[in-house]
Amino acid sequence: MKLNRRGFLGATAGAAAAASLSAPMAQASGSGKPKVVVIGGGAGGATCARYIAKDSNGEIDVTLIEPTRTYYTCFFSNLYMAGIRDLRSISHSYGKLASDYGINVVHDWAVNIDREARTVSLAGGATLTYDRLVLSPGIDFVDGAVPGWDLTRQNKMPHAYKAGSQSELLKAQIEAMPEGGTFAMVAPPNPFRCPPGPYERISMIAHILKNRNPTAKILIADPKPKFSKQALFQDGWSRHYDGMIEWVGPDFGGGAVEVNADEMTVSIDGEVTKVDACNVIPAMKAGRICDMAGITEGNWAPVIPHTMQSRVDGSIHVLGDASNQGDMPKSGFAANSQAKVAAMAVRSALTGSKLFPAKFTNTCWSLIDEGDGVKVGASYEATDEKIAKVDGFISQVGEDAELRQATYEESVGWYRGMTSDMFG
Amino acid sequence: MTEAADKESRHHRCRRGKIRATVASALVGAALGAPVLANEFGDPEQGLRVFDDCKSCHAVGEGAKNRVGPHLNGVFGRRAGAEDGFSYSNGLARMGRKGLVWDFDLLDRYIENPKAFASDTRMAYRGLKDEQDRADLLAFLRQYSDNPGDIPEAPPTLTGTDHSVAPEILAIQGDPDYGEYLSSECTSCHQLSGSNDGIPGIIGWPAEDFVIAMHAYKDEFRPHPVMQMMAGRLSNEEIAALAAYFEVVE
Ligand SMILES: Cc1cc2nc3c(=O)[nH]c(=O)nc-3n(C[C@H](O)[C@H](O)[C@H](O)COP(=O)(O)OP(=O)(O)OC[C@H]3O[C@@H](n4cnc5c(N)ncnc54)[C@H](O)[C@@H]3O)c2cc1C
Repeated sequence: MKLNRRGFLGATAGAAAAASLSAPMAQASGSGKPKVVVIGGGAGGATCARYIAKDSNGEIDVTLIEPTRTYYTCFFSNLYMAGIRDLRSISHSYGKLASDYGINVVHDWAVNIDREARTVSLAGGATLTYDRLVLSPGIDFVDGAVPGWDLTRQNKMPHAYKAGSQSELLKAQIEAMPEGGTFAMVAPPNPFRCPPGPYERISMIAHILKNRNPTAKILIADPKPKFSKQALFQDGWSRHYDGMIEWVGPDFGGGAVEVNADEMTVSIDGEVTKVDACNVIPAMKAGRICDMAGITEGNWAPVIPHTMQSRVDGSIHVLGDASNQGDMPKSGFAANSQAKVAAMAVRSALTGSKLFPAKFTNTCWSLIDEGDGVKVGASYEATDEKIAKVDGFISQVGEDAELRQATYEESVGWYRGMTSDMFG
Repeated sequence: MTEAADKESRHHRCRRGKIRATVASALVGAALGAPVLANEFGDPEQGLRVFDDCKSCHAVGEGAKNRVGPHLNGVFGRRAGAEDGFSYSNGLARMGRKGLVWDFDLLDRYIENPKAFASDTRMAYRGLKDEQDRADLLAFLRQYSDNPGDIPEAPPTLTGTDHSVAPEILAIQGDPDYGEYLSSECTSCHQLSGSNDGIPGIIGWPAEDFVIAMHAYKDEFRPHPVMQMMAGRLSNEEIAALAAYFEVVE
């Protein structure tokens, strides 16, 4: 795949914004309605497509490009691994977005973006024109981030950081561990999708092992000196899974890890351990299509906080994990929140609807053991420089069982609210 | 709704409208160990009987000490979770730090359903449903507070949204279109189907209840941290806009 049009528009937001005023040229074909193409039908993309379609009352033509017919949410995929949810309960289809909102859902990969012509090419051969393009392709992994691991090893040492078959595989491998065996996780460096995700996963794996294989051990090699909700997780681990989990931070070599998928070994700072199941979560970057579009700086695509427009090209909005926006964590909640700001900005640009000041929120719930839920959250505002945190809260160590149960139930309610906000 | 009509409707719904004037006069001169005064809204003598249920944990009167529960001398006007030497639940202690000071209304709500008021309270008490019993009990307890003058100026409205919000705030006319935009922040969690599982539905609420509930979070009178944060960022106009929208949305 060629295409790197980096710099075509002069690579400044100013030039891009000026260029975007000449939008109508791409509208020539078809209905004459302004066209929005959304790439990626996940937390950011599905929400954004739905809000643009819903709020523009048919004035905007919305196409959503997503290769898979079933979206498995990463959120609650850890609960699936623990047997608390089944796979069906975290799977969603795009049926309603097409039938109830009139979105043109195309199941294909976007393989090329021509920013000059404002077109998107699909793997199947079609080319679509756009007035505004929304990119929410999630994450890909940084090549060579964990020595010994690459995508060809993902079935032996799953990442399970895109949900679906990877989650099934990891679950099966954990359940097949011999009595007293060892599970290892190679945790990712910052920034990455879902900061508490690896640690909720550890909790959920400990939950299965406690029931099925109580003498098993869990080893985490972590390049970060501290992690999200650390006090809450470590308190929970000692209460529920005492002695089962060993966390190796960078002071003890957690950042110097190599794996060997054929031998099933993990080497931490030169010390080799034989493992029975291994979850490698490599360093991450924006979904590849962002690179192809030439809108990334480093691993991520920088955006203007007020509208989620790419800083490189004003007719492209980047949402969710792929964006570099400032203080928000890379979470489904955050992607959903950003999507609404982008949808408003897109409608305003194309139909002149009102532009209200951007507001963002996030809350991440995590489950430590059945009925023991915790949460962390914050609200944010757009400044010129970044999405900036305004206010936040976090669950406390020592909360009673009733409150933790209520927090868990709240997360179940959030899951329903969130997925119906995405898919209708 | 005009301000006058608004007040009128609040008055009709008020459960405690009669409390105000009578208590004020009854309690003049009431102090530690003062003679029992009967009054219209609550009878301290009856209250003494109701207090039987509380006695195994709480002491009140001269020389009362903390026991299973904190002593109740001076509870009116006391900051929540702040009696020295008593170990409160985190929730109550936090409410106190955020400024909650016990007055008639707050105590009334707390006693009515302790867990609903402070979900982690250590008070193992199912709650006192009868309004008159609560009034009697509080009339009894009031005698042991130096400064029992915290009588609600304006009676609150509905159960569950008890919180006093200034009439000028209640009178703000919200713009439902703006509310619709703002509502997208709510629908990340609250389903538009109105489902109540795990997270309460907020569709079709009377605008006034919505405004009162949101201000109860904004003022950190209701304890939920997510909602305190969300409401804390909303201006009075934005809350009115949301209320206007959620009242009519289907
Ligand atoms: C284990 C785990 C637990 C998590 N738990 C939570 C949680 O509890 N709460 C929370 O808020 N978040 C959670 N997250 C994070 C959340 O899943 C992500 O932050 C969120 O999905 C990001 O949304 P997105 O739109 O950026 O990407 P995604 O949701 O990943 O969507 C991207 C979509 O784009 C598609 N795509 C990619 N490239 C192309 C292309 N070239 N052409 C067309 N389509 C393409 C993909 O198929 C995918 O469907 C969790 C993540 C993990 C891994």
